[in-house]
Amino acid sequence: MQTTLVDLLTSAGLPDPLAHVIRALVPCVLIIHLVAVGALVFIWLERKVSGRIQDRLGPTRVGGRFGWLQTLADGIKLIAKEDITPGEADAMLFRIAPYVSFAASFAAWLAMPFAVGWSGLDMNVAVFFVLAVLGLEVFGVILAGYASGSKWSLFGAMREAAQVVSYEVPLGLCVVIPVFICGTMNLTTIGEMQRGFATNWLIFHDPFTFCVFWVYITCGVASVNRAPFDLAEAESELVAGFHTEYSGLRWSFFFMAEYGSMLLVSALAVILFLGAWHGPIPIFSIGLGWTDAGGILGYLASLAGCANLILKSSLGVIVMIWVRWTLPRLRIDQVMTTCLKYCVPLASFCFLGALAWQAWIPNVTPASLPAPFGIDRAAIRESWVTRAGGPHATVSDAQLTPQTASPVPTTLATQSVPDRNIPVAGSTAPIGREETP
Amino acid sequence: MAASVADQRVIEFDVRTDEMLVNMGPQHPSTHGVLRLVLRTDGEVVSEVEPHLGYLHRCAEKIGENLTPRQWVPYTDRMDYLAGMNMNLGWALCVEKLLDHNLSDKAKHLRVIIAEMGRIASHLVGMGAYGLDLGTFSPFLYAFREREKILDLFEEACGARLTYSYLTPGGATADLPEGWLDKCSAFLDQFEPVIQEYHALLTTNSIFIKRTANIGVMDAEMVTDYGCTGPVLRGSGVDHDLRRDGEEIYTEMYENYAFEVVVQKDGHYPRDHTYPPVPKEAVLGDCWHRFYVRMLEVVQAIDLVRQAIERYRSADGDWGIPIKLTQKLPKGEVYLETEAPRGQMGFYLVSDGNSIPRRVRARSSCFCNLSVTSDVCRGALLADVPAIVGSLDVVMGEIDR
Repeated sequence: MQTTLVDLLTSAGLPDPLAHVIRALVPCVLIIHLVAVGALVFIWLERKVSGRIQDRLGPTRVGGRFGWLQTLADGIKLIAKEDITPGEADAMLFRIAPYVSFAASFAAWLAMPFAVGWSGLDMNVAVFFVLAVLGLEVFGVILAGYASGSKWSLFGAMREAAQVVSYEVPLGLCVVIPVFICGTMNLTTIGEMQRGFATNWLIFHDPFTFCVFWVYITCGVASVNRAPFDLAEAESELVAGFHTEYSGLRWSFFFMAEYGSMLLVSALAVILFLGAWHGPIPIFSIGLGWTDAGGILGYLASLAGCANLILKSSLGVIVMIWVRWTLPRLRIDQVMTTCLKYCVPLASFCFLGALAWQAWIPNVTPASLPAPFGIDRAAIRESWVTRAGGPHATVSDAQLTPQTASPVPTTLATQSVPDRNIPVAGSTAPIGREETP
Repeated sequence: MAASVADQRVIEFDVRTDEMLVNMGPQHPSTHGVLRLVLRTDGEVVSEVEPHLGYLHRCAEKIGENLTPRQWVPYTDRMDYLAGMNMNLGWALCVEKLLDHNLSDKAKHLRVIIAEMGRIASHLVGMGAYGLDLGTFSPFLYAFREREKILDLFEEACGARLTYSYLTPGGATADLPEGWLDKCSAFLDQFEPVIQEYHALLTTNSIFIKRTANIGVMDAEMVTDYGCTGPVLRGSGVDHDLRRDGEEIYTEMYENYAFEVVVQKDGHYPRDHTYPPVPKEAVLGDCWHRFYVRMLEVVQAIDLVRQAIERYRSADGDWGIPIKLTQKLPKGEVYLETEAPRGQMGFYLVSDGNSIPRRVRARSSCFCNLSVTSDVCRGALLADVPAIVGSLDVVMGEIDR
């Protein structure tokens, strides 16, 4: 996509820098719409779901049926509201803070692939980038809490700082496991390696990934400040926490950031554990064979994959909504205890377990499916690298292509070399041992 | 568990921290109206809590000295506005005690039905609002869903949904309408199984237990010293309920009714075999026990209403014709406490022989219950403050009057 668009523009007579700028703007615009429209939809969904959970109807009128335009109406209301900066506030920081939060949540999307080649920026360290940028969101919150000049806001910011920074440790540990199983930090490759039936998804790779998925979900919910970990905005204790003093559009930016991050965290879960853009039954890749067909069919397959990813991520968000309207809130010390005494040890244990599994039982995984499906993760990965390779192939990927397969750069990957040293796609299938469903 | 203040100072001796004075309320989502708590905090640890009252003071007692007892009934509604019927009852009985007015059996059973339904409605709000204090919104709406049905019944009986003025000195303003008892029984049959859902959502929820068990522990001595009453008293294991231990004019209403005071004895609550067991983290007198006592009192009230409905159907006599609006009061003074949902609500009346009392005073249960706050919250975490104050279930209308 990157090459074609720029090539197309330059061949149309545009100067090269301008072509690159336009090429950069396209994903930005698309992603900002995804985050904004996503927030719109999820806020509406949250109201409807919480309404149904609580024996209410939720919005019913705006937009005809189901109140589907309610969020838009609220958005217009928020824009029309007076923008208040408290007298005690540090005005500049107070104004910047919501945008810092939103920008973090938005920028992390740049590295998220929606299908093969469908990403704002195809990064070979996408996992790292997403986590790092998502972590920046906390700055917006701390700034908001500090700059508001309100004691309640300060409490919220303190809690957020403690909580989010702590939860990044187990979150990172959880994310590392799919990374070393796949031997890459490139999200597109991780996604492509889960092609095939649902058994090929990394959550079913071994017992440890299955376990760590739930740890990831817990930490993900905590890192985006959703109930039962919504301590930074605990309304019964801190009024509204860090956004107590915010109103109107600035407040809505915090809101959008929250929903953007929710979707991001669950999209990351989908890519890392739940087969990314692959459905449980490989209709497009194996059934119809469109995925590799290229052209319009390949495009259609990618479109379906993108819809698949968004659908699965939305389900994750619905689970978060469901949890929020069911559970009471934990106390700050209990939140920290959950992190340090349960999540970190559990994630570490799973990390070591998955490592051992990868080193000693590399073939006894559902991932090594028999030949008829032609599914072999290593082969898929290499074929993808070859296909997407060329001038834009990343360094680490290039090192892993068959020609330069050894030495493998990291020690982690070394342990899984036996898994990799099998012929490329199209030749014989790996010899699997007993299948464990 | 939160460390005590003294411990905190030792731990943070090297890193000097400043204490912060924060105002929780009167405009705060979790202070149940207009309670203002001034907290002195060191980080998340609260070292001092001082409740400030008076934001809802409406001179009700003074007004009572300018109105006849029946005219003052609406002012009692506005004291504990979540249990208006029980407030009416307390005042009505107080005036009747002065007048030495005798009620028919039917009127007494009617009052039991109404008072216990009021107790259910009030504890439902207490339960739901406690969920809000702990950050869960849904139980609040489930509680209100059931409360609406009780309010519908009350509306049918007296025309009002919040400030009823239904029970008045002499009896009640009207008899129960036809078919009301059947609707009431139908409601109870529908409602009783629902209680298990509340237990599943709150009482046995592990996060709920974590937030309430062993938090805000008050022993029996402390609650009696502070004059706490109602579920707060019984939640600390003191076996005292005015429906059984009160003055005769009140207890004769509950004569021959089968009910057990909800209090933990030998580690067991009455009927706790049908309801979830006490978790091992819970300590007698903590927030969890206060909450649980309320939940069991709802079941107890259901039983009482069922019995009262049976008796009301077969009782003779009138439903209790109210006294004249300007009835002359005999000279004298009288004080009577009744068991309102939140504790013992006392009314004091001095008459110099006119139809208008010389003095009217009310003793608020919530006032005494709230007075423990600064003692219990000392050294607690900030998030425990709403948990503790919520478990006391205060209504500011009653405290400030």
